[in-house]
Amino acid sequence: MELFRYVLDNAGLLGQLTLEHISLVGVAVGIATLTGVPIGIAITKNERLARSVLYLASIIVTIPSIALFGVMIPLLSIFGYGIGYVPAVIAVLLYSQLPIIRNTYTAINNVNPALREAARGIGMSQNQRLRMVEIPLAVPVIMAGVRTAVVLNIGVMAIAAYIGAGGLGTLISRGISQSDPRQLIVGAVAVSLLAIIVDYALLALQKRLTPRGMERDVAAA
Amino acid sequence: MIRLDNLTKVFDTPKGAVVAADHINMEVPRGEICILLGPSGCGKTTTLKMINRIIRATSGKVFLDGEDTTGMNTQDLRRSIGYVIQQIGLFPNMTIEENITVVPRLLGWDRTAYKKRARELMDMIAMDAEAFLKRYPSELSGGQQQRIGVARALAADPPVMLMDEPFGAIDPINRAVIQDEFLKMQAELKKTIMFVSHDIDEAIKMGDRIAIFREGKLVQYSAPDDLLSAPRNGFVESFLGEDRALKRLNLVKVREVFSDEMGSVKPDDTLETALSRIDDFGYQNAILMVNDRGEPAGMITRSVARTTRGYCRDHYQTAPPVAQLDDDLRKVASLMFANDTTWLPCVDARGRVCGHITQRAMTHHLGSRYRSRPEDSAPLRSQPETKE
Ligand SMILES: Nc1ncnc2c1ncn2[C@@H]1O[C@H](COP(=O)(O)OP(=O)(O)OP(=O)(O)O)[C@@H](O)[C@H]1O
Ligand SMILES: [Mg+2]
Repeated sequence: MELFRYVLDNAGLLGQLTLEHISLVGVAVGIATLTGVPIGIAITKNERLARSVLYLASIIVTIPSIALFGVMIPLLSIFGYGIGYVPAVIAVLLYSQLPIIRNTYTAINNVNPALREAARGIGMSQNQRLRMVEIPLAVPVIMAGVRTAVVLNIGVMAIAAYIGAGGLGTLISRGISQSDPRQLIVGAVAVSLLAIIVDYALLALQKRLTPRGMERDVAAA
Repeated sequence: MIRLDNLTKVFDTPKGAVVAADHINMEVPRGEICILLGPSGCGKTTTLKMINRIIRATSGKVFLDGEDTTGMNTQDLRRSIGYVIQQIGLFPNMTIEENITVVPRLLGWDRTAYKKRARELMDMIAMDAEAFLKRYPSELSGGQQQRIGVARALAADPPVMLMDEPFGAIDPINRAVIQDEFLKMQAELKKTIMFVSHDIDEAIKMGDRIAIFREGKLVQYSAPDDLLSAPRNGFVESFLGEDRALKRLNLVKVREVFSDEMGSVKPDDTLETALSRIDDFGYQNAILMVNDRGEPAGMITRSVARTTRGYCRDHYQTAPPVAQLDDDLRKVASLMFANDTTWLPCVDARGRVCGHITQRAMTHHLGSRYRSRPEDSAPLRSQPETKE
């Protein structure tokens, strides 16, 4: 009851923090998609390069976020961005690379070789093949990677409150430092709910982006 | 016209070099279907795919309509060649219409032109445009998908088609139907076609010429009838099978073997006349009764003619099955076996009796090819040593 009252009383703040959170993750994963997808496609041309890139991306994910922020503070301070928005976005950008690059790479590589041969035999150039066949077929799996990145990083972004990036993590950190369970619980629940809701929203988007003729395959997968 | 000039492919594998195609020389005349046939791994697919450069030739040349393709741009070359693969390979993200208009769109046709073409193509493969153009490949049966695959290859009206076991993934009944449809289409379109198969019966049915491969080498290149009647060596002979003479039954039409001499009686003739005619023509058991329109109406047997008095119209037995002039001998043999008879009356397209065909004439016709061992098929064979 007390929690409920708290939520009502602070609805404005809560809404603002949620929007902040979404925009932070959205911008970061958006940029990550713009970089990760081309990288994922590019490395399908070279297996050795692919292995190194994927290895590097996996290592990045194993770095605890607190440590990553710690490393970035002195580095980015040089440019005057030691704390706040910029390092938070960069961290999420880095964490997002693995699911996005890996899913893109796998999806393009797994395009049925018969389709690739048909496309070649018909006389499509490499770019036409990518644009007309391979990318449309890979979209569902790429989108699954983006979803993973978003959900993962909604959690990571909560911690970015400690370097002053804002977002729902602010409630959690305040709850801890002020020993206020209400803020702590509301913050934590809001982060979880946000992750679940966004995941569903992206799933709906993924279905819309899936070429119609492939819906059956996707449902089966 | 497709001409292969010393076309060779060597694959470098960890286990050493594999010669998949070894100095292949052959020529497919314009408008004909050439079947590449042979056991698994003999290099049929490799040879085919070197023509549209899915596989790069190690050496040798490909000529299309007399023009050396070596200098041509790969994409232009491929867009001028229709390509059908066994796995069909329709793009699942595109509608049927988008699939069959891929090549015209790549070639930059305008929208009305390729939309119109899509409808023409659907007519050609006997599928309903309204019902299918907006569907996706996953919503079609295997046989329908294969037809679409053929339509896609035909879209830009290429003079040359390459087909790698195009009907291999279809059940036997549907396959026969699609083969027939395809032959009907080819009779009008007159494409120059190179077609891989490992099914001898398909090769005999579809091919104007058959190229037999063994371990990367072209062993014999002949018309189906020449191949079956004069296999060049033991390998070809065993590959074609012990029953190869029977397979020739498919290739020969009644028209080539029947005799237009034929004794018959009318319903109004007496049985006495029937008996004397049976003796005159030297028939053993019976004579055919033909009605006024010239159609077979019944049989008068020798025993009835000898022991009974009266008119044929009152004493006949049911007429035997008949052979059409355009039936192949395989059907005729089957009818003879089923009816325990050694001859059948032959009828023309209007059902009128025009002669008869005997088992003896059939075996004689098939056997004569073996006895004479013709050398006239020589120009069809590849003879690298005589070229240039
Ligand atoms: N990419 C490749 N690398 C190495 N060897 C290959 C390659 N492709 C084919 N070969 C070899 O070349 C030979 C001919 O292969 P090809 O695919 O042309 O046979 P095929 O006559 O089409 O057989 P099938 O009837 O089984 O399709 C085989 O020995 C095969 O193992
Ligand atoms: Mg093959």
